[in-house]
Amino acid sequence: MLSRVADSLYWMSRYLERAEHTTRLLDVNLNLMLDESANSAERRWQRVLQSLGSPKDVTWDRDPFALTRQLTFAAHSQSSVLGCIVAARENARHVREQISTEMWQRLNSLYLQVTRPEMQSDMHAEALLREHEAPTEFLSQVMEAVHQFQGVTDSTMSHGEGWQFIQVGRYMERASATAMLLESYQDELWREHEHLRDGNEFLEWMGLLRSATAFEAYCKVYTADLAPEWILEFLLLDADFPHSLRFSINSMQHALEAVEHVSGGARSDKLSRISGRLSATLSYSSVEEIMSGGIVKYLHQVQKHCAEIHKAIYELYIDYSVQSALAG
Amino acid sequence: MLCECDAILTSLMASDDAQYPGLENYQLDHAYDEMFDPAGQLHEHYLPLMNHFSSLPKEDLQRKKQAADLSFLNQGITFTVYGRDEGTERIFPYDLLPRVITAREWDRVETGLKQRITALNLFLKDIYNEGRILKDNIVPRELVYSCKQFRRHMIGLNVPRNVYIAVVGTDLIRLESGEFVVLEDNLRVPSGVSYMLTNRRVMKRIFPQLFRSYNVRPIEQYPPLLLATLRSLAPDRRPEPNIVLLSPGGFNSAYYEHAYLARQMGIELVEGRDLSTHDNVVYMRTTSGLRRVDVIYRRVDDDFIDPLSFRADSMLGVSGLFNAYRAGNVTLANAFGTGVADDKAIYAWVPSIIKYYLGEDPILPNVKTYLMSEPKERDHVLQNLEKMVVKAVGESGGYGMLIGPQSTAAQRADFADKIKSDPRNYIAQPTINFSRAPCLVDDGFQARHVDLRPYPGRAQEGIARGQQFPRRRQQRHLGLK
Repeated sequence: MLSRVADSLYWMSRYLERAEHTTRLLDVNLNLMLDESANSAERRWQRVLQSLGSPKDVTWDRDPFALTRQLTFAAHSQSSVLGCIVAARENARHVREQISTEMWQRLNSLYLQVTRPEMQSDMHAEALLREHEAPTEFLSQVMEAVHQFQGVTDSTMSHGEGWQFIQVGRYMERASATAMLLESYQDELWREHEHLRDGNEFLEWMGLLRSATAFEAYCKVYTADLAPEWILEFLLLDADFPHSLRFSINSMQHALEAVEHVSGGARSDKLSRISGRLSATLSYSSVEEIMSGGIVKYLHQVQKHCAEIHKAIYELYIDYSVQSALAG
Repeated sequence: MLCECDAILTSLMASDDAQYPGLENYQLDHAYDEMFDPAGQLHEHYLPLMNHFSSLPKEDLQRKKQAADLSFLNQGITFTVYGRDEGTERIFPYDLLPRVITAREWDRVETGLKQRITALNLFLKDIYNEGRILKDNIVPRELVYSCKQFRRHMIGLNVPRNVYIAVVGTDLIRLESGEFVVLEDNLRVPSGVSYMLTNRRVMKRIFPQLFRSYNVRPIEQYPPLLLATLRSLAPDRRPEPNIVLLSPGGFNSAYYEHAYLARQMGIELVEGRDLSTHDNVVYMRTTSGLRRVDVIYRRVDDDFIDPLSFRADSMLGVSGLFNAYRAGNVTLANAFGTGVADDKAIYAWVPSIIKYYLGEDPILPNVKTYLMSEPKERDHVLQNLEKMVVKAVGESGGYGMLIGPQSTAAQRADFADKIKSDPRNYIAQPTINFSRAPCLVDDGFQARHVDLRPYPGRAQEGIARGQQFPRRRQQRHLGLK
């Protein structure tokens, strides 16, 4: 497979995952606004920004709707939903012949839907008319489209190397996003500052779980009893839930192994070492150990490893030097 | 004219009581009409088509049109419009009403094209090797050597199986008499075949009944045919050649076509940055290391393909590609320097070229062409500029043209100066009435001038195999409202 193609598939997948994650985060927090006290809004929306990695081109000026619109429609921003969809579609267009027609059509019609000129003016007019209205319908359409795209990808594209790169991109993005999400909730979850607790914590905890589509899955394991340690344990270490950190890292590791099997050979030592180690620490850790060692530190560690894996993928498969390739 | 139109309706009403909605205001003029004869009678081969169309409610037609447009847009069958907002994508203008060409007419077009392309390929081989046709003074030596597309680099080079031209798109038009003539040859990197193939697929979905009643010749074999040609051109006839399509990339106006053809042939679509050369071998960068490339179906112009040999500022090319080609380690289709044979001044000599190599008279005639390098012809054209179409010899697709009857005095003066200062660079042709065909517009049908671009393929044995020619072509609408 061409290196450029692997690169585009990887980023197409990452951008779509990012679009979905941002969409869900906005949706959950807009919903939470219906149950909020005056001072919780400030905290919540700053947390949203933090969990998205505090994008430089987005600012919080105390208006949740303005922030939502910015995170949804800012056309030239890589952190807005629209920007992610445009970027994903552009990557797909450059590998049009590598993905299935069904995948392309699903993504292209999402793109056409969100970029049509009426879309912007409609939204704008609506925003003027009803100042406190959020684009919830738009958000749910995007989420639905991304889910359909994933389904179509799994059922119409050969599960060969290209598909594996799509998996790597998706789970890499998901793992980083989950780590950042957990980090942004550090105050609410595991700092025992009694003055921060106002009896409404469970709303925040539910918000966290919903932000990772985890609420229902969590209840199936722990019942509806919400406890910080259990939430942490579930989102970090659950083996079966697709948005947990462990599941994401393991899935990425499997995809990387599959790619290595086809293309890596002896050259992939370094990459398989880093990803294997990260996967193993998640599989064989207990939540008590992690908590005693410092959760934030642990989450930073995970993010650092993800960055190293990304770099190693590029060194190995995409940006390698010609000398090393001719010698090998 | 109106009376002719009345005649149509009367005759149709009389014959099978059919209404042809939308055609009430359709008028004939001097140009050949694809659908009606001069007396206003429907050509026989249009009868089933029009009967089917008239059986559809008017809204149904518009709905089918919208469905087709949407299907093109969703599939991303678009081209990029240059000079506007970066990345403005448009769907290809598409007409719901097919143009019907009878088997008899097509057979003549087909043998004519086969003859013409065979001769042009021999011409290319000759001028880049012995130059017999130049020694025999059939084609003036200075005309060939002064052509901007003539590549000295190609002299004496061995081209695999002597195939210079693997991919062609020839533009044909119909004169008022109904006779097909060649308007121009496109022998460099012609585009459009993917639009033909997808048009056909959409057309089949919208009007399946028509295909059953017309017995239309299939065109689906174009991609496998092209693939077989490319495979047969592998250096040293290597058994499992790695064939790639080299595209300028996602911002090129024909990118959709590149991706489409690569997918249909199952070959890798590459850009210049995917390829590199070492020791005169071309490699592509893959996730499992560098992989050797044997055949390149290139959709990048000569000028841009290798910054070391041609334009140094090209970002689309591959450094060292031409040397690898010279060394015989990689094949390019089409070969370099084929543009000399579609130069519009050389065009005037194509009938002589056919006669010289094949000893046959041309089956498809040329349009009368005046060479501005000939003083007599130049004077004639300069005196009659308002009746002429002037073209720059190296351009195509409507660039660098003066259309006399639609021009202003200032434009004509400008072109007269250009012709005088660089006569070799221009030719002129009398204004021709392209044939017309009714096309579906917002409400009803209107006449549009059309041309015909077939995409001949080259069969394994060497030369195009008759019945395998694509039949339908894209219609270009030259906007006559």
